[in-house]
Amino acid sequence: MKAHVYVTLRTTVLDPQGQTIHGALRKMRYQGVEDVRQGKYFQLTLSDALTLPEAQTEVERIAREVLVNPVIEEYTYRLDVL
Amino acid sequence: MKFGVLVFPGSNCDHDTYNVMAEVVHQPVTFLWHESSDLENCDAILVPGGFAYGDYLRTGAIARFAPIMQSVKKFAAAGGPMLGICNGFQILCESGLLPGALMRNAGLKYICKQVHLRVETTDSPFTHALRAGEVLKIPIGHMEGNYFCDAETLAQLERERRIAFRYATPEGAVTPEANPNGSLGNIAGILNEGRNVLGMMPHPDRSSETLLGSADGLRIFDSLMASLATK
Repeated sequence: MKAHVYVTLRTTVLDPQGQTIHGALRKMRYQGVEDVRQGKYFQLTLSDALTLPEAQTEVERIAREVLVNPVIEEYTYRLDVL
Repeated sequence: MKFGVLVFPGSNCDHDTYNVMAEVVHQPVTFLWHESSDLENCDAILVPGGFAYGDYLRTGAIARFAPIMQSVKKFAAAGGPMLGICNGFQILCESGLLPGALMRNAGLKYICKQVHLRVETTDSPFTHALRAGEVLKIPIGHMEGNYFCDAETLAQLERERRIAFRYATPEGAVTPEANPNGSLGNIAGILNEGRNVLGMMPHPDRSSETLLGSADGLRIFDSLMASLATK
């Protein structure tokens, strides 16, 4: 099983890197991009011994306790059963 | 009085901080390795600058799980004085010992320069020997010093007078131009609820001898010394 965890800055937090990328895209004349937010992506390969609910619990715990600083960040994730 | 300097893999101001305590302040000082959990009866803990655990994931994010941090948390909860400088401030925020977080500088650049700090409160062991409103010249050297917290936390910090230092002009005016990194409210350093833990991005360890361009940082260590002496 693989977990794909996406960490982004909370919408209330300014993202200067995203803004800079957005500005560059505009300068390069790419059309229709209204906003850019930069984030982090983690790929966790999980043991086959875990059931789906166990994997969900563990991934959420890892995201909450380690991968994310809740003051500035939030996360979403997806589990792929291989 | 005995001082302990925490050492994580990647700490790089541990020797600067140790040197100030040993050679300038002339006090017993010891390094405390991150894998130990013994604070060796230190009276105050100093969390130095650097890149603990390479600052992988986020600045200070891995350091907070080090065995020594469990002892450090107990020490802080019991009212023990603790000063986190630069990466040390980031570690204390990640550990939950101080509120908020330190984000990438608004200008996205690493900044290394002398800045001016206005003293906002003298109600702490680190600042009681200073004068409210006076200006200290202390350098910064960081990529992630942009202090952020939610509006509620900021209001609480203001209300409880827990903002220790703000970036200011040499004359002491807190202006957007004097803010090097985009920090909320020009915040350069904050105190915990018990006022015994101070985190600050500027480096008093790099400004404790006139040879280094400023000895204003020494006044923070002297203040801490004086308050420990009266205990």
